[in-house]
Amino acid sequence: MSEQTLTTNGKIAATLTRKDFVSDQDVRWCPGCGDYSILAQVQKVMPDLGIPKEKIVFVSGIGCSSRFPYYMNTYGFHGIHGRAPTLATGIKTANPELSVWVITGDGDALSIGGNHFIHAIRRNLDIKIILFNNRIYGLTKGQYSPTSEFGKKTKSSPMGAIDYPINPLSLVFASEATFVARSIDTDPKHLSSVVERLARHKGSAFLEVYQNCNIFNDGSHKHFSEREVRDDRTVNLEQGKPLIFGKDRNKGIRLYGVKPEVVTIGENGVTVDDLLVHDETAPEPNLAYILGRMQYPEFPVPIGVFRAVHKPTYDALLDEQVSAAVTAKGAGNLEKLLNSGETWVIGPDG
Amino acid sequence: MDTPKLKDQATPRHQLEELDAVTIRFAGDSGDGMQLTGTQFTATSAIIGNDISTLPDFPAEIRAPAGSLPGVSGYQLNFSSHDIRTPGDEPNVLVAMNPAALKMNLKDLEPGGILVVNTDAFVESNLRKAAYETNPLEDGSLSGYRVFKLPITSLTMGALEEAKLPHKQMERCKNFYALGLMYWLFDRPLEPTLKWIDQKFSKMPEVALANKLAVKAGYNYAETTEIFTTHYRVVKSDMKPGKYRNITGNEATAIGFIAASQLAGRPLYYGSYPITPASDVLHELSTHKNFGVKTFQAEDEIAAVGAALGAAFAGNLGLTGTSGPGLALKSEFIGLAVMTELPIVIIDVQRGGPSTGLPTKTEQADLLQVMFGRNSECPVAVVAPATPSDCFSMAIEAFRIAIKYMTPVVYLSDGYLGNGSEPWEIPSIESLPRIEVKFRTEKAGFYPYLRDERTLARPWAIPGTPGLEHRIGGLEKQHITGNVNYDPDNHDFMVRLRAEKVARIAQDIPLLEVSGEPEGKVLVLGWGSTHGAITTATEQLRAKGTSVSSAHLRYLNPFPRNLGEVLSRFETVIVPELNLGQLALLVRARFLVDAISFSKVKGLPFKVSEIVKKINEYL
Ligand code: SF4
Repeated sequence: MSEQTLTTNGKIAATLTRKDFVSDQDVRWCPGCGDYSILAQVQKVMPDLGIPKEKIVFVSGIGCSSRFPYYMNTYGFHGIHGRAPTLATGIKTANPELSVWVITGDGDALSIGGNHFIHAIRRNLDIKIILFNNRIYGLTKGQYSPTSEFGKKTKSSPMGAIDYPINPLSLVFASEATFVARSIDTDPKHLSSVVERLARHKGSAFLEVYQNCNIFNDGSHKHFSEREVRDDRTVNLEQGKPLIFGKDRNKGIRLYGVKPEVVTIGENGVTVDDLLVHDETAPEPNLAYILGRMQYPEFPVPIGVFRAVHKPTYDALLDEQVSAAVTAKGAGNLEKLLNSGETWVIGPDG
Repeated sequence: MDTPKLKDQATPRHQLEELDAVTIRFAGDSGDGMQLTGTQFTATSAIIGNDISTLPDFPAEIRAPAGSLPGVSGYQLNFSSHDIRTPGDEPNVLVAMNPAALKMNLKDLEPGGILVVNTDAFVESNLRKAAYETNPLEDGSLSGYRVFKLPITSLTMGALEEAKLPHKQMERCKNFYALGLMYWLFDRPLEPTLKWIDQKFSKMPEVALANKLAVKAGYNYAETTEIFTTHYRVVKSDMKPGKYRNITGNEATAIGFIAASQLAGRPLYYGSYPITPASDVLHELSTHKNFGVKTFQAEDEIAAVGAALGAAFAGNLGLTGTSGPGLALKSEFIGLAVMTELPIVIIDVQRGGPSTGLPTKTEQADLLQVMFGRNSECPVAVVAPATPSDCFSMAIEAFRIAIKYMTPVVYLSDGYLGNGSEPWEIPSIESLPRIEVKFRTEKAGFYPYLRDERTLARPWAIPGTPGLEHRIGGLEKQHITGNVNYDPDNHDFMVRLRAEKVARIAQDIPLLEVSGEPEGKVLVLGWGSTHGAITTATEQLRAKGTSVSSAHLRYLNPFPRNLGEVLSRFETVIVPELNLGQLALLVRARFLVDAISFSKVKGLPFKVSEIVKKINEYL
């Protein structure tokens, strides 16, 4: 960590290692929790970003995942339930030089914090949001969450949940997200590559991670996330490449009208050329939306980057308005401001 | 400054009488431009050196049906040749542009007062909308007033023949015609308004011309006809020498916070969600981005305070503003600000409640909400400006305290202060207090919750500072280290420490001053916007030789450290408030004094006479 290197902005910075991002706090998640893997991958990616750690802020709400900032040796703000995007908005717009991350969960982002979540994304604020989706309330000990499956029996739904679940990606596309990705806690390599893409995106960047809560919802994602089945039950999205999956790389996704379908290459005359080719840069998110709704067991679960497009960020636009105002009116002069409008003088003689 | 000229061109048949003070109320349909008429009369009166105090009163509906009772909009102002502090109890003059306006306002007009009515609007349909069974202009019901019946609409139309404007638009100039009438009646110059019209409508010369013609025509009509036999002069006030401008409380609030930012050398960050009557602060601040002010119109009240808190963590002056219902939504975040000990200021421009209540009317009933409306022991500092111009000083105070003590501060204004206006003696920059900001940069010995011994403030260590990376949050903090800690003794210690920190602000605020005798029979204790009425009432009584004193709290938490002692020097303490006795409850609890609560919750400020009457009960 004492080595000196040149960062992209030409400043000398000490080369950081994963260890520099590990705080002195004991990690208190349940042993075996999927959160550990996400923490490890984020800590691993951090040094490669070339951002000095004092310029990084992790913000969170409430929930198991929201303890995350305590474990990162950066600046951190553990907020209140669902409100992390609002704190992040203030931090990022007050100081756009900071790299601001929001760590959230399915309950935090999609239930109590739904409003802040969609608006932070809508504004294309340059923040990175990682949503740990374990489809359960962990911290409050096991109630169903907005992503729990219909009919799920939990402590608060002994007769089965009668809430229809929300699809996080559908919501995010509807909120005009400029970067949308998904990964799985059990696939560290994939996870770290996506975290890095997330970090490098300029604009509001969203990553959903399927995370296992081994205490209250063990195995919720295992049907497609376990190593043995993953190749057959997930499809990795790669820019410009056809959607091929399966251990034998012989299955693919073809579009029939606006409906996706699973086909086998070489059967019924299907060739690679028939398959859907992924384009994360498509100006409209329609195709990405279709992919985001593909679910196991009907389909392999898509992972990777669904969408990566660019438009000006809220924080930069706000800064531009401040500069434009200074150009137009000159830097604020308090004396002038106090004396603006109609004024009059009362002399000593009344 | 010109002295108001005598109307030497006035024909001798008009007498000019001198008056001390006049209260005038313009009332009409909300589409009639009464607020504009009122503010123009105010601006002109201010410029010629009168002291003024204003009370706009507008409906909550944007455009209630034309001519209806809920659609009536009014603007009252008191202008005077001496020091005044209230918009006046009873108007001496009422200008009623339609039957509904007459119906809603006549009860307030003083007996024998001047009533100017626009007869053109007194047609069958309007009378019906105002629930008049007979035409009040004809049924003798106005015999107790000096009534001037003028067809203001047709007079306006006649005067605008040369203006090439559609009929409807010409008709809209009638408020300027009425303004012209009043300018003559009270001997005011037209120039400031003519100038204002030119500026305002510089891109619409036909509209500018029409409005100017209307105001001149109204003036000339009054002068050349014999409708008014007398006109009146209110000479300039003996205000303290200095440079003045007219200012509303909301304007003073906005520029006060900009001043705080300049004095602190840190950018102002304003997170807000539109709400009446606080939105004007957002509007005003959003026009001053050249001061480095960042305004963020949030998705809701919660996000507005959250962003302000995030901005404070990042080293800006984090400010959020709202009114009562919005404050309720912000409570949880204010708790987080207390726990994380970051300097934010929360503006509450109080309005009538509970719930949505009376959005456009005033009240002071959020005091206990700001004191106690959060979970657990959650102390915040509370300041309350006393007058529209005091809003400027208290905005600076709010941030001075927030930053010095690293604490959230609530700034309690109200609808009456926010929309009311008065002349403000523009302070010199040198006279303003400095706000010292010390960001922690020293790595050695840094602990996020290690405190300043005197103020108990924790260090402000902002992201971007190398070596000070740390985590804060809403879970209980261990003393000094700031680590999450659930130890019972630590919690007990921290709860008391947070309370002690806010209590210590008392060492840093002025003592409470008493107007009148420092001890005696009756003390009237007030806070916030009741200042004008209380001060006027007690001064009037003292002028008659009565022993009554007053004191006004601008700091509500902590109280000035001599408050208990001041209260103990009087036999009776009366606390007038626009609520059911919230400050009275606090002082009774804190000081065991038998304070008498005097309550009013009508959405309107106190009249001076109401307070005089109450005091008289205890003399
Ligand atoms: S409750 Fe579940 S999500 Fe929470 S820490 Fe334990 S395993 Fe992880």
